[in-house]
Amino acid sequence: MSKRYEIFVTGKKGIFDPAGKTAQNALDNLGYAGIESLKIGKYIQLEGADSLSLAQVTEMCEKLLANPIIEDFRIEEVGE
Amino acid sequence: MRFGVVVFPGSNCEQDVLHALHYLGFEADYIWHQDTELSGFDAVILPGGFSYGDYLRCGAVARFSPVMNAVIRYAEAGRPVLGICNGFQILAEAHLLPGALLRNRGLKFICQNVPLRVEKSVCQWLELAPGTVVHMPINHNEGNFTCDKETLKQLEDNGQIVLRYCEPDGTRQPTGSAANGALDDIAGICNQRGNVFGLMPHPERATDGISGERDGAAFFTAISQTLLAV
Repeated sequence: MSKRYEIFVTGKKGIFDPAGKTAQNALDNLGYAGIESLKIGKYIQLEGADSLSLAQVTEMCEKLLANPIIEDFRIEEVGE
Repeated sequence: MRFGVVVFPGSNCEQDVLHALHYLGFEADYIWHQDTELSGFDAVILPGGFSYGDYLRCGAVARFSPVMNAVIRYAEAGRPVLGICNGFQILAEAHLLPGALLRNRGLKFICQNVPLRVEKSVCQWLELAPGTVVHMPINHNEGNFTCDKETLKQLEDNGQIVLRYCEPDGTRQPTGSAANGALDDIAGICNQRGNVFGLMPHPERATDGISGERDGAAFFTAISQTLLAV
């Protein structure tokens, strides 16, 4: 038995995202019209013992995996 | 006066810092990131580099090195801590300094000698007159300082902004004078007490004159005067 979590870390609203902006400009240059915003974040897969609780994973995000000053995070528990 | 220079896996400016300190006549030794004893040091410096490969976020992993618990206690006891470049990022991640360092706005790694203006601050690491313009190299990809409006106001009100990017004559462009896009042109800040100081520029590379600059020396010498005065 194990638990799996997917974690999405994204820049807080209003925090400039140079990587996203660069990719957006590149798509503009490739001729794709209509893109209003492109943000690049982090996707983390975490797998562990069944006892690994959502509260623990939340604490991991607050402590290390995300920086609450500049980033938001969202955790999803996924099936095995 | 004995300085300790912390070496994390991936630090790469520790030799420059040690050299600058020896050049200035100070005693200085390395502190390994797994050491937890800082009592033999009068001041501690976190040097630049790419601690833990800059993985996750710059400084995010180094912040949990064994030595950092000791550095946090040392700082909270009012003892002097200086973070240069990656060291600044580590101090921010450790919440010893407010705010965060984002990727440079101009999408480039920046390596150049820049003019910087000394601000009126409570920083114990610097005794240059406010308005003094100094030149030091910057060498970073993530030096774009940011914080929320409330924090910025506190930094300003408490005299925690130590150093700003500026034009060669000390003025600032209305659109900003920071090549990295830093909020309010901020290049260095200290904590409220003034004993913890973080900056993106490299004073250790502008100390012995080899690079053409000696302005960095003042960033290491003032703290010994401050300590002597206590």
